[in-house]
Amino acid sequence: MSKKLLAAPYLVWIAGFIIIPLALIVYYGLTDRDGAFTLANVVSIGTPEHRKALWLSLWLSLLSTIVCLVLAYPLAMILRNRGVGRGSFIVFIFILPMWMNFLLRTMAWQTLLEKNGVINGILSLLHLPNQNLINTAGAIILGMVYNFLPFMVLPIYNVLCKIDDDTINAASDLGANSIQTLLRIWFPLSVPGVISGITMVFVPAFTTFVISNLLGGSKILLIGNVIEQEFTRGSNWHLGSGLSLVLMVFILLSMAVIAKYDKNGEGSAF
Amino acid sequence: MSQPLIDLRNITKSFDGTVVLDDLNLSVAENAFVTLLGPSGCGKTTTLRIIGGFETADRGQVVFDGEDISKLPPNKRQLNTVFQKYALFSHMNIAENIAFGLKIKGKSNSYIQDKIKYALKLVNLDGYENRSVSSLSGGQQQRIAIARAIVNEPRVLLLDEPLGALDLKLRQDMQYELIRLKNELGITFIYVTHDQEEALTMSDTIVVMNQGYIQQMGTPEQIYNEPENAFVADFIGESNIVPGIMIQDELVEIFGTRFACVDKGFGNNKPVDVVIRPEDIDLVDPSAGTLTGVCTHLIFKGVHYEMEVTTPDGFEWLVHSTDMCPVGKEVGIHVDPFDIQIMNKPASEDEEAVGVNE
Ligand SMILES: Nc1ncnc2c1ncn2[C@@H]1O[C@H](COP(=O)(O)OP(=O)(O)O)[C@@H](O)[C@H]1O
Ligand SMILES: [Mg+2]
Repeated sequence: MSKKLLAAPYLVWIAGFIIIPLALIVYYGLTDRDGAFTLANVVSIGTPEHRKALWLSLWLSLLSTIVCLVLAYPLAMILRNRGVGRGSFIVFIFILPMWMNFLLRTMAWQTLLEKNGVINGILSLLHLPNQNLINTAGAIILGMVYNFLPFMVLPIYNVLCKIDDDTINAASDLGANSIQTLLRIWFPLSVPGVISGITMVFVPAFTTFVISNLLGGSKILLIGNVIEQEFTRGSNWHLGSGLSLVLMVFILLSMAVIAKYDKNGEGSAF
Repeated sequence: MSQPLIDLRNITKSFDGTVVLDDLNLSVAENAFVTLLGPSGCGKTTTLRIIGGFETADRGQVVFDGEDISKLPPNKRQLNTVFQKYALFSHMNIAENIAFGLKIKGKSNSYIQDKIKYALKLVNLDGYENRSVSSLSGGQQQRIAIARAIVNEPRVLLLDEPLGALDLKLRQDMQYELIRLKNELGITFIYVTHDQEEALTMSDTIVVMNQGYIQQMGTPEQIYNEPENAFVADFIGESNIVPGIMIQDELVEIFGTRFACVDKGFGNNKPVDVVIRPEDIDLVDPSAGTLTGVCTHLIFKGVHYEMEVTTPDGFEWLVHSTDMCPVGKEVGIHVDPFDIQIMNKPASEDEEAVGVNE
């Protein structure tokens, strides 16, 4: 009885901030301005510009996820083998940006990459030609990787820490060299962390609009930007909700695929 | 004696400035069952890890079959380890675990299958090939860890407290199992335990260690019956350790009373430590005893009674006997000469650190 009472605030929270907004999105997504049922908002994902934004989002977020994975795995390995407790320099460098606000971090990159920004300033000082850095797909990937890398490192680091030293020693004892140990012990045992890292990077990267706004300018539209514009500039909540629903289905599908591989449910993000 | 299979020479190891092993020398003969025995933290695991290659000594050499292997990584050493917490590969089934070392060595599939079958039979777990690691009990996981090691036909098997996590009954069963395995395989075992009973039961050589030093090395009988110092006497079984004076050869004085003994060569009027096992004390009529005291404590232990007899000097003698002496009764103490074990007292503080630490 009292336990149920204790749960009440959370239930209110869940209802107020998750269930009701979700219901509203479903409602808006499946109705038109007159409140009549329609699938038009959802189906409009098939229009060429929406399809293009969706594919671009998928493509850029996939690339960022791969880059994050390639960077994060060795980093997590180093952190695990050195021990974070020893205050290694790497940890410091890695943690430092996380203390800053997400927007600030991204805006900092904006200043660095701009036409008359810091990097081009240095290039011209060295009499090198200016580079077109900002408003490119590369800038967006950079922003995604920079912002989401910790979400890849942490779950992998966690899962690597759970691997006992003696498990590694046992592999070596049985004749495995370090590459064989990496392939046959470290990798398979860290799969749950990798999967959870992939979800934690891929999902926010796929749906982001802030990074593409700041680093992609108006030239590069991701699906997140399209939805954002429907809600803010276009004031078409119905279309925005409809597209959000499509996005949600996409994410749920990718999660289902990922969950299939995450047999143990270990290191899961959910 | 023929060349030892493993020879540790002057091994020294410190962690963060603390010396854990100090100039340790140890020879292990081929086909021996050697047990490193000592209290927790005395450096047993470190010694084993240095032999296995998981730790490198600061100084000294590990010689294997006449060849210095100090610098070889574990995967290049012809020995296998059974780790304290089994360290099985949880992402592989039992067959894959056992096959791991053989696959690395590129053995043929049919050879590997035969070996898996053979090893599972040897550890009494036939038919467990496709089980997952987590579905096995601690004792079964232990057996798989042993199977995984022995399929590689190592010349030496290193075992670090392999039975430490098992309950008493299972531990005793596994002790006999391990002895049987050792005899069937005919390989050298280096075994680590802090359990003196386990060491006495299983080994043919016991190395008693304390604080990084070897205290005594010998057969279980030698270690038990002729402890060389008070630490060994105290650590192996229960014992009465009393200060005494060696009057002359074969005569020792304890609390002012002279006892005949069989030890010689300690010099005359030399202070010594005297060890008498509780089961070696005979309780007799006060008039027939060398010493007399009063029984102050009595517990029934099943096989024997455990009693404490307090002598006038205040010493409480621990006595194990099938004869019972009620509390408060005066009783005589008699010890046969060959049951009295004389040990040198450590002469200096230095020697005390090396030899006797309590
Ligand atoms: N990797 C290590 N780092 C620091 N100290 C260690 C390490 N390994 C062992 N020690 C210390 O060395 C001593 C001996 O340890 P160990 O060989 O494990 O003892 P045992 O196995 O006899 O219990 C202990 O005091 C332990 O704390
Ligand atoms: Mg140990």
